[in-house]
Amino acid sequence: MKKVMMGNHALSYGAMLSRSQVIAAYPITPQTQVVELLSEMCADGTLDAQFIKVESEHSAMASCIGASVAGARAFTATSAQGLALMHEMLHWASGGRHPIVMGNVNRSMAPGWSIWTDQNDSLSQRDTGWMQYYCSSNQEVLDTVIQAFKVSEALMIPAMVVLDAFALSHTYEVVDIPDQAVVDKYLPPFKPEIRLTPSDPRAFGGLTGSEHYFELRYKLQKDMEKAPALIEETGREYEKLFGRTLGLVDPYRCDDAEFVFVTSGTAGFTARVAVDDLRKSGVKAGNLRIKVFRPFPFVKVREILQKVRKAAVVDRNCSYGAHGIFYQEVKSALYGEAGMPPVFGYVTGLGGRDITVDSFKEVAAHALAKDKADEEIVWIGVKK
Amino acid sequence: MKKGKKMTLTLPAEELMACGHLACQGCGATLAMRYMLKALGQKTALCIPACCWSVIDGPYPYSSLDVPVYHCAFETAASTATGVKAGLEMTGDTETTVVAWAGDGGTFDIGLQALSGAAERNEDIIYVCYDNEAYMNTGIQRSSATPYGAWTTTTPVKHFKARPKKDIVAILAAHRIPYIATASISHPEDFVKKMTKAKGIKGTRFFHVYAPCPTGWKSRPDDTVKLARMAVQNAYFPLFEIEDGLRTTLNLKLKEKKPINDYLRLQGRFRHLNEAQIAELQAEVDARWERLLKGCGA
Repeated sequence: MKKVMMGNHALSYGAMLSRSQVIAAYPITPQTQVVELLSEMCADGTLDAQFIKVESEHSAMASCIGASVAGARAFTATSAQGLALMHEMLHWASGGRHPIVMGNVNRSMAPGWSIWTDQNDSLSQRDTGWMQYYCSSNQEVLDTVIQAFKVSEALMIPAMVVLDAFALSHTYEVVDIPDQAVVDKYLPPFKPEIRLTPSDPRAFGGLTGSEHYFELRYKLQKDMEKAPALIEETGREYEKLFGRTLGLVDPYRCDDAEFVFVTSGTAGFTARVAVDDLRKSGVKAGNLRIKVFRPFPFVKVREILQKVRKAAVVDRNCSYGAHGIFYQEVKSALYGEAGMPPVFGYVTGLGGRDITVDSFKEVAAHALAKDKADEEIVWIGVKK
Repeated sequence: MKKGKKMTLTLPAEELMACGHLACQGCGATLAMRYMLKALGQKTALCIPACCWSVIDGPYPYSSLDVPVYHCAFETAASTATGVKAGLEMTGDTETTVVAWAGDGGTFDIGLQALSGAAERNEDIIYVCYDNEAYMNTGIQRSSATPYGAWTTTTPVKHFKARPKKDIVAILAAHRIPYIATASISHPEDFVKKMTKAKGIKGTRFFHVYAPCPTGWKSRPDDTVKLARMAVQNAYFPLFEIEDGLRTTLNLKLKEKKPINDYLRLQGRFRHLNEAQIAELQAEVDARWERLLKGCGA
């Protein structure tokens, strides 16, 4: 069934179709509609789940963790300050191996107060041991929630499904709502091997000395390393059932490209308009949209970029004192390999400033005129 | 006892706590756990935040309890327990009693927000605060449960705590939850009776349990039960229950309310107090007792 819906509601439908059993959430702009719709679904019986109206995001994640360890499928959604407040519990969810799925609407961190988009909120959670998927359309948001549960529960690692504030969260698009029976086939009920129950009393997360802790984290990384192949495999399985593929990356006109914009989130689709325009003027341009940030798709990024002459990474985030965060990751993916192209780094669109087709043309003009990338960040659209 | 007469067991014989735990000698919190589990039985799940009990239970991969334990973050006992209850119910287990088991720091201070949230929503959990009146696990720092006059490592003798203990029970009563009780490790029958009663009630139930700490109080390990009993008898820690935040019942009437002096003298943490300061603490205890009696309609 096709329906016109906002990005936030695509998250709600994804959680509903995944048959989430416990939802614990706290309101924050621009995430609110996600949980408003879910609370209605729980109230009218559309979704058989318990909705816990917690008093903070910290408690939201704690309750999701409790529900998950008890064997229930748990979902929440947040944004920016709420995500930062959860930070401690994000480590808890991954360290405890609780496969919770969370929607995060990318919103700039205060101060000054901002409700508009950039990626510093979710990218600040880079090292918490969560998988991170960055979406570019409402359809992708819905589909990714379902896939994220499947991958997370196979690996017992939580996942964040990320979308831009307003540019996606409040933008209405046509979304194909998959058939529940087919989703059930794709995503069977959550049945963890070990759970918190009096019939099998165990202690979870107790004091762990240096003789054990290291191995627990080693196992987390080894399981995270299984994720790229599993995301590709479950993405192909999804395509068979629903006709849409879900991969680690989403290349556009990259096969014969000489110059490639590397993007994430909604900026990727804007880049594609610039790609088409540049091609008309004789530049063989392409776009590599990175969908999965953690685990980072090192191999895929290398495979695609090794064929091009120049790559320009456009970041809607900044690691102050270093560079754009995707830029650093892309460079580390290519470093030390022979025949890799120079990579140029750009920061733009912080605090929700628009990233337009012209922004990409400015990036292209800068990168195409140089042989070597600048040491410093190249800022696009900033009033200096 | 007359010859030939058999003693009647007043507490369940089942032991769900094993020896080999890691508590200090004379730890009041271990007795509290033992009595609670005797009342609640094996179909119980515990959420334990950072507190002495996160060590006492034993390091990975051990546990001294025969019930499942989730070691949760410091400020999340109530919110984690809420999630566990919801998760168990959604997977078909509606019987298990879910308990948040926290110390005074995790309850009076850092966990208060989550506790207030859960209580206001009337989550179907039992929250037990075992109160040893300071952050004992980190090495005796003051909490908002530390009483007036007490020494801790962050309230040194020259600058001891000048403010009274926070009235956590009054805060919980203001949430109008169905059941609140105080309990002491010196009165196990009363403890088990009230815990058993709480098990049969739906909604948020709160227990404030007095649990002396020889390490932090600078008292003798063999005085733990004695100190707890004295605190009940001198009305420093009276035994009562509050239903729906409204109806208060005194569980142990005091024929003669004893002065707090003897109780203070058994603890190194109060050694520095002079007569006037002891009188101030006595006045605080008396005022609290009067308020309680008034609340009981006495």
